[in-house]
Amino acid sequence: MRPAGTYDTSYAQDMAIVRTKAQWIMLAAFLVFLIAFPHFSGRYWTGVFSLTGIALIAVLGLHITTGLCGQINLGQTAFMAVGAYTTAILIGKLGLPFLVALPCAGITAGIVGLIFGAPSLKIKGFYLAMSTLAAQFIIIWIILHTEFLGAAVGLKVPYVSIGGFVFDTDIKMYYLIIALALIAGLAALNLTRTRAGRAFTAIRDNDLAAEVMGINLFYYKLLAFFIGCFYAGIAGSLWAHYFRYIQPLQFTLKDSVWYLGMLVIGGVGSTVGAVLGTVFIKLLDVFADYISPILAAAFPLVRMNVTYATGAILFSLVIIIFLIKEPRGLAHRWQIFKASYRLWPYAY
Amino acid sequence: MDKFLQFLANGIMIGGIYGLVALGLVLIYKSSRVLNLAHGGFLMILAWLFWSFAEQFGLPIWLSILSVLAVAVLAGLGVERFILRPLIGQPILAVIIATLALGYFLEGVAIMAWGADTKGMPKFIPEEVFWVGPVSIAQHYILAFVTAIVLFLLLLLFFRYTRWGLGMQIVSEDQQVARSLGISVKNVFAQTWAFALVMAAIAGILYASLHAVSNFNAVIGLTKALPVMLLGGLESLPGALAGGLLVGVFEGVGGGYIDPLVGGGASDVIPLILMLLILLVRPYGIFGWERIERI
Repeated sequence: MRPAGTYDTSYAQDMAIVRTKAQWIMLAAFLVFLIAFPHFSGRYWTGVFSLTGIALIAVLGLHITTGLCGQINLGQTAFMAVGAYTTAILIGKLGLPFLVALPCAGITAGIVGLIFGAPSLKIKGFYLAMSTLAAQFIIIWIILHTEFLGAAVGLKVPYVSIGGFVFDTDIKMYYLIIALALIAGLAALNLTRTRAGRAFTAIRDNDLAAEVMGINLFYYKLLAFFIGCFYAGIAGSLWAHYFRYIQPLQFTLKDSVWYLGMLVIGGVGSTVGAVLGTVFIKLLDVFADYISPILAAAFPLVRMNVTYATGAILFSLVIIIFLIKEPRGLAHRWQIFKASYRLWPYAY
Repeated sequence: MDKFLQFLANGIMIGGIYGLVALGLVLIYKSSRVLNLAHGGFLMILAWLFWSFAEQFGLPIWLSILSVLAVAVLAGLGVERFILRPLIGQPILAVIIATLALGYFLEGVAIMAWGADTKGMPKFIPEEVFWVGPVSIAQHYILAFVTAIVLFLLLLLFFRYTRWGLGMQIVSEDQQVARSLGISVKNVFAQTWAFALVMAAIAGILYASLHAVSNFNAVIGLTKALPVMLLGGLESLPGALAGGLLVGVFEGVGGGYIDPLVGGGASDVIPLILMLLILLVRPYGIFGWERIERI
């Protein structure tokens, strides 16, 4: 909400994502911060930010399928696995360059997403959730039982190299991931303003009404699945290069649920929300890492798994509390805050 | 042929337990249109609790079972009151994520309380194997199967002949009508949750006594119970039992023949493939209500 007296005087102004000088300055400062970050933060935080970037790409994909188009996808990590394994095979076994393998990973994940998204034409709600849940288990099962894909042992993945430049340190990988996450975010933000994005929103709000308005449900629902899973494929590919070793057990239903949780905590249907939610949960992850040694001292019986258990308890509690207390998520809180400081000291 | 009969018998017996797990899910879905994806988590943690009562505190088996059932009732009322009731009227996505998150919460609690390894159940069922012609059946399975059938029949009678059960039926049919007849919809929701978690406790104890107590048991709430529920129809109690038996047979026979070809584990994925096929062909299942959408 903008205060009275602030008008757009040209179409360019109306369409701009970054509106004011203050926003440009803040954006520039943020970019400088991101670029400078790994040089003063140390390895741990660089790693945290890199993983946040990867998760952010996956959550943005989910934001398009579930947040914008309303098609529930419980199998996002399985689609990430498809992307990760595609990269591992294209680069590791066939020796293709990264710039070819990355889009291929996205497209393969997208096509697999189409297979499991196809039932969305007949079914919705719970039924669709079940179909994507089945995708999660079936895809991981297939990987576990295919010798070519390394079965339970997993596959090794080489460093990323673009035209002879090898991304062989954490910091180089960080820059690659952040750059791709920014592009993904910008694309997702702009998608909401295209014909496809508006069609997605119409389908989410009322699919019958959307169909009556002339939106081709078949095309747009599948498109939403394809784009969402494309993002997952890209995220999976980066994941594979970041850890340089992939194994089916890295891609669990639990992470799919956390991704959905990030979306919910951020606010369903808002791109800013997807970013806020991801960062929030990832910071919570750091917090769980921090408190688990303390808890491990208190519960000596379960020392081995205490990080895992604290993470699960913390995330699930936060997700449930958000669902009950603030179903519109952090994005809504952010809007309230923005409105209040813009209008300050007046109430409206 | 003997091999086939053995696979068939295994399938039917395990199918009884799947039916029992799905019965709890159907109860909740029927009354409140909530798909309880945390059912597996409850099943797992209540089985752990039983293990704790019987092994750690040394209570007699019957007392442990009764205490676990009491905990289940309390947990059901609590979950309904503090998690599901505030979510009434919110989109389906909220309920799905809340119940999934609840499942992982229970898993985390179970790991904190009992660690991540598996434990053997107290032996309260005789070990000997039963022979029917060439087919061998463990007594565990028979007990589980008979319990499933008996509970199912009791539920059926309860819903048909008691005032309480009829009230619950009306709520699942039409909440508006139920209210105008003076039935408290909220109370019915709470009661169904208590009922369903009692089912989960029984199924959890039976399932754990077949294998072991472990937090991996939770996954059957998703990978087995959902296909069963979908095959039978989301709202149908006989459907849950029939679906359980069918899924069990598919898994037993299919798994028995396919396992040697793929190196084991086919029974993990057969119910899910079955579920995908049902979703594509007949999403309302065998006995479910086919919904017709009008504009």
